[in-house]
Amino acid sequence: MRDFLEFEKPLMEYEEKIEKLKPFAKTDPLIQREIEVIEKKAREVQVEIFAKLTPWQRTQLARHQNRPNTQDYIAFMIHDFVELHGDRLYGDDRAILGGVGIFRNRPVVIIGHQKGKSVKERVDRNFGMPHPEGYRKALRLMKLAEKFMRPVITLIDTPGAYPGIGAEERGQSEAIARNLIEMSRLSVPVIVVVIGEGGSGGALALGVGDRILMLEHSIYSVISPEGCAAILWNNSAKAPDAAEALKMTAQDLLALGVIDEIVPEPVGGAHKDPPQAAEILEKAIENQLVKLDGLKTDDLLEQRYQKFRKMGVFGEEMVP
Amino acid sequence: MAWFKKDKSGRSADGKRFKIPEGLWLKCDSCKEVIYRKEIEKNAKVCPKCNYHFPISVDERIALILDEGSFKEWDAGLSPMDPLNFKDSARYRDRLKAAQEKTRRREAMVIGEGMINHLPVIIGVFNFSFMGGSMGSVVGEKILRAAERAAERRWPLILVSSSGGARMQEGILSLMQMAKTSAALGRLAEVKVPFFSILTDPTFGGVTASFAMLGDMIIAEPKALIGFAGPRVIEQTIKQQLPEGFQRSEFLMDHGMVDLILERKKLKQTLAKLLAFFSP
Repeated sequence: MRDFLEFEKPLMEYEEKIEKLKPFAKTDPLIQREIEVIEKKAREVQVEIFAKLTPWQRTQLARHQNRPNTQDYIAFMIHDFVELHGDRLYGDDRAILGGVGIFRNRPVVIIGHQKGKSVKERVDRNFGMPHPEGYRKALRLMKLAEKFMRPVITLIDTPGAYPGIGAEERGQSEAIARNLIEMSRLSVPVIVVVIGEGGSGGALALGVGDRILMLEHSIYSVISPEGCAAILWNNSAKAPDAAEALKMTAQDLLALGVIDEIVPEPVGGAHKDPPQAAEILEKAIENQLVKLDGLKTDDLLEQRYQKFRKMGVFGEEMVP
Repeated sequence: MAWFKKDKSGRSADGKRFKIPEGLWLKCDSCKEVIYRKEIEKNAKVCPKCNYHFPISVDERIALILDEGSFKEWDAGLSPMDPLNFKDSARYRDRLKAAQEKTRRREAMVIGEGMINHLPVIIGVFNFSFMGGSMGSVVGEKILRAAERAAERRWPLILVSSSGGARMQEGILSLMQMAKTSAALGRLAEVKVPFFSILTDPTFGGVTASFAMLGDMIIAEPKALIGFAGPRVIEQTIKQQLPEGFQRSEFLMDHGMVDLILERKKLKQTLAKLLAFFSP
């Protein structure tokens, strides 16, 4: 059985029915008709479920183990990709993957968090939680793009920067901070896409760009719903409430003016049809790159500065 | 994130944890010695026995760094909103109100101008008593304005941090303040105006992982806790006890993350020396 999430249970039941009927369908046209009816019904129910997903359900989709990841999108979208390694200072962090390649006839640098799918790969990739050397590798590749005047595409998919002793010793904060300031003034176009989980500063460290896109069922937040629930509710089981309160879905972020565009996913989520998900994303990135093509560097940087300068909501009163 | 708020809730400068209230004597939080209160106050709120740096208020911090009477506050009317309509066990609005009443300020950051030995500077100081010095939209906007005016006037910028990190109750908007403040410092660097980042106990999360680690000079107070992830989060993740002195200023110095560790008493005179290097 394909892996269904809890809220997809009705769909699982339809699928089970279909599986049972299938062996008889070849010989009995009535059963074939029956299967078609069930399939139609299943599609309707799926559309219905997905039309009213809760933030917590989206969180589960964003973290789905079969969700296409950076490596998958690179395989679909980038030709002649060559992965490049290392920060030239300490090591090569496998939680961040980056390199050069051709995106729709244009050479680009593409960088993303890499979570991995199998247990073994997840461990190898540290669950997509980078150490400072990961961010420094990313910055090195962005500087390479700047030097050779190529656009940068970043794909965000991380629970957060790794909280560990080594990470602190080697300056996790400094590595993230450095990326923020350098990305804010990188003199080439930067397109940011949240493809899965955008976890806090560890996500933002690849997230300062001219356009910020989010896949339909991705999330982006200042803290994980579990972390928030543990602190503010004193109970990490309250994560679904925290997910709601934090306003962390793509739809919320568009409404808050933090992102520029929501990239639709195939019905049921990107993992149901990764090639189609990649095709939709590729078009969205291309559209945005074309819009940035004619801009002079100064204008590009000014627009990027103003974009982040405006972020925040506050009141201003006169005080004596 | 303000994860350690509870740990230290009694540690604000209001003296709640001190066992001998309003008296002539104070018990040091660190060495537990009982010391004549006046002696500590004369000593910039540093314990004369063990050199423990007691937390100090925004006003005390400003008085310690700037020439007497030179400070002029800016934008005191910038006020927080509740863009997410956030509610956990309490409403964000109510938490804000309580913090405003307690601190008699509208937010966790005070900015303004002043002088250090007659040289003009722009300064921003976190107020840890205001929701753990967490950074939301107002804190970010104030830092941006301080940095932009520093660039305009070509006056050095000093930011004194003590913060649990980004403010959860403003969600993604708080996270974006990290990018916003860092971008503003990028502009300041372009016009070659110096930025001094002063890290005091404690400085964490989204504050450390943005402007606070981007100083031309990074100065820490002795034994301040400074890091990205909080010690409890790290302990839970790695399931090991953390080594003695982990994430203290001295640990950061050993790992090359700060330029200087300065005792409070030496802060102003050292800043003055450094300013001389940077003045045009």
